[in-house]
Parts: sequence; C-alpha cells; structure tokens
Amino acid sequence: MSDDSQKTLTAVSQPAPGEAGKTGDWRSHTPVIDHERCVQRDSCLYCWLYCPDGVVSRDFPLTINLEYCKGCGICAEECPRKAITMVHGRNPHDPDAQEADHD
Amino acid sequence: MTDVRIITANTAAALAAALCRVQVIAAYPITPQTPVTEELAAMVESRRLTAEYITVESEHSAMGCVIAASQVGARAFTASSANGLLYMHEMLHWAAGSRVPVVMACVNRGVGAPWTILNDQQDSVSQRDTGWIQLYCRNSQEVLDTLIQAFRIAEHVRIPAMVCYDGFVLSHCSTPVDVPTQADVDRFLPPYEPAVKIEQGVPMAINPLILADPRPDAHGDLKPGYMDIRFRLQEDLLAALETIDRVDRNFGEQFGRTWGGCAWEYRMDDAHHALVTMGSLASEATLAADAMRAQGYRTGVVGVRAYRPFPAEALARALSRAETVTVFEKDISYGYHGALASDLKAAFFDAGLRPRFSSYVAGLGGRDVRPDQLVKAAIDAITDRQIDRWIDIRM
Repeated sequence: MSDDSQKTLTAVSQPAPGEAGKTGDWRSHTPVIDHERCVQRDSCLYCWLYCPDGVVSRDFPLTINLEYCKGCGICAEECPRKAITMVHGRNPHDPDAQEADHD
Repeated sequence: MTDVRIITANTAAALAAALCRVQVIAAYPITPQTPVTEELAAMVESRRLTAEYITVESEHSAMGCVIAASQVGARAFTASSANGLLYMHEMLHWAAGSRVPVVMACVNRGVGAPWTILNDQQDSVSQRDTGWIQLYCRNSQEVLDTLIQAFRIAEHVRIPAMVCYDGFVLSHCSTPVDVPTQADVDRFLPPYEPAVKIEQGVPMAINPLILADPRPDAHGDLKPGYMDIRFRLQEDLLAALETIDRVDRNFGEQFGRTWGGCAWEYRMDDAHHALVTMGSLASEATLAADAMRAQGYRTGVVGVRAYRPFPAEALARALSRAETVTVFEKDISYGYHGALASDLKAAFFDAGLRPRFSSYVAGLGGRDVRPDQLVKAAIDAITDRQIDRWIDIRM
C-alpha cells in the first residue's frame, strides 16, 4: 500500500494545540478575570490546574486563550477568590461575536 | 523430510500460531477452544515459544489486549468460541476499524440459550458484519495451513482474520497433520510491520473521536471523516479476495498444498447438481456427491472457504452451469434464511443466474449430520421445486 493510502486507513491524531479544531467557537459564556482579585504573590493557579483544555496561562497576569476556551466555567467555579466571572456571549468585548451567539 | 503428527485441529492451531512466532497471546478459555489456550500457555511457560501470554478476565479484554499489542508492533493471536466470541463482539468491530491484522482461531460452537457446548457455526456467522476476514476449514491440516496464511493475508491488507473450524468435529478429533518446519514458515511469513505504530516519544491517539466530514488537523493535513475510513475498510476487504487467492497459491508453491483460495470445487466439471456449504460439512458434502453420482445424479461440491469477504463472482462462476444448487449450513439468520443461502442468492441475482435453489439448516447444537441425510435432502431438492427447511427435526 502506498503512503498516501495509509492516511485513510484509520483515524490517528498527534497531540497539538487545535487538534480538535478551534474549540473557542463552542463557547456560549466567556471567562473574564478580575486582576484586582487575582494577584501573583498569593495566587493558587487553581484555574490553570482545573482547566480541562489547558488554555489558562501560568504567567501573570493570567490570560486565557479564547481560541480554544470552550467556556465550561470550571475555572470560575474553582477560583477561591471569585476572580473569574462567566459573561454571556462568545466574546464580551466583540458585539459581532455576541450577535453570532443567537444562531 | 516431513513431520507428520497425529493431532487435533486445536493442536494444529496452537502449533501454527507458534510457528508464526506470535509475540502476544491474550485468550480466555472456553469449550471447545480451551486446548488452544492451554497448549500455547504451556509453550510460553516452558520457553519453547517467546511470547507474552496475557491471562485476561474476559474475551472482551482478550480482544482489547491483542488490538493494543498489534498497535505497538507485536504479532498477536487469540482464540474463542460461542458466547465468548459474542462477548468480544464490540471489540471485533474495533479491531477491524483499527485495521490491526490480529488473527483469531474461532472454534465453532452453537450459542446459548439454551446452553450447548457442541458444534454449529452460529457464533462466527453472527460476527459476519464486523469487517473481519472469515476463513472456514474442512480439516486439521487446513486449519494449520490457513492460520499461517491468515497472518500473511491480514498483515498485507491490514484487516483482522478469523480462522473458523468446527468444534469437536475437528477441534477434538486426531488426524494426521504435516507440520512444516520453522525455517519454511519464516520464509513464508516475514516479520510484522504495523501500518501505524505507537512508540515511546511519539505520542499519538489512535481512533480519537472524529467528525462526519473530512477536516484539516492541527498540522494542516486533511484528515478523513468516519465514513471515508469505513469506505476504505470495505474497499480493502473486497480487494482481499484476490489476496486470499494469491496467498493460497504462494503457500502451495512453497509447501505443496493449496486449499482453493476463496472457494474450491469438487467434481464440478460435468455436474448438473451442486452442493454448497462451508467448514467440515463441506468435506462431508463430497462424500454425498460421490453417493449421488452412484445413483445417477451428476453432482459436485462448491466449498466456501472465504465467507467474508464473500467471493460472489467466483461462486457464481463455479455454479453457472448447475441446474440445481442446494445449500447446507450450520447457522441461520433467524426470521429469514441461512446466512450463506441469502448471500449466495444475492450473488446469483448479480450474475443473472437462476438455478433451482434450495437451502437447508443442519447440525445445530451438535446434532449429527450424516452424508446419507445430505443425499436425501439434495435429491428432494432436485425433484421438488424449491425447499427451504431444516434437516432432521424430531418434534
């Protein structure tokens, strides 16, 4: 069998960001971080630890990669300082994206 | 120099697996397959065979183990029967979908309920639609030879293969079997190379959830959707018909024995009447054909060796001049006909043939089938218009 044919022989994936697609467009709610409440010197990084998609940074100030964040809200649920709020919409700073949310 | 031993089909299967240098064996014992697992376990224990023998807690796990072993590059083998095989059913689909060339000995036994440990072919015929290659054997020599062929076929087309033989009738009856040398089998069967190999340091997921349509992966390569992968399995399984014929021919060139590839004929050259069946019943049908010829009926046999992929064109060609076709089989698709009869009728339709066609279900749950019963049933089919019934029902 040719190399080309091997590609459709079975389903194989290699771990890489975005292997399951740009999953950020699954999101109906978006996490927004209050950097006043979350400060580096006593940060717990629970959000980074619990995030099932690995999209929370370990660097401060914390950032969340919205290309892949599915908006599950686990980070907001787990944050002991209530520093993360889930805001309705795919991107609260982009009115067009919020509009698309009604599809 | 030949090494002829008086052995059962189960011993022949275990010897064949060892001669194929299987590296992983995972099996759960069940009558009548048990001696296959015991003999291989003894070989591994005594270091006559270098292999990992995994004692699993179920047939489902056995198939899971050999799939995984095959994916890391090991030649893997298992064996089962009846309800154990049914318990594997999910993983049989998984093996075919994963395109792992594992080989299984299926020692045919009827399925419960009610419990039977005796022979029919309902167990493997019920796995017909899993995407596996299924080869049916007539005798213990064919079991040994076919198992060796099965690894070469499976590894070439990347599809798992089931070598089916009748429980007790073959599995527990001792007959002379010519056992080839290790050097000869090594020459016939090169080491196994997997199509996609899981290795340390190269992490990958085999069989992740995939979507309906093709889409680019994170590296920009277009990956097929579910249906595309399944279509490929069907195409390759149909192409395996040619591989099965060719591997049997190659086997013959090296070992001096061939088994007909996908289908074989007995006294069909001038036959007006044909008996069609598979497994040990096909051997018996040759005796019935001889007896019918003695009574003036020019009869031959067409034996189905590959049931999946189904050699529809080859069977239609072999049977194109038969006025009467009578199918005998040890299975049934409940609510319709025997599975082989249905498939063969479909082959005739495609070939534009319409012989006088009858089908019989026989020998379920170990009920004995004698050649004289086949003769009577076949002559009834010649003199009647069309028969679809069971042989030897006593209530």
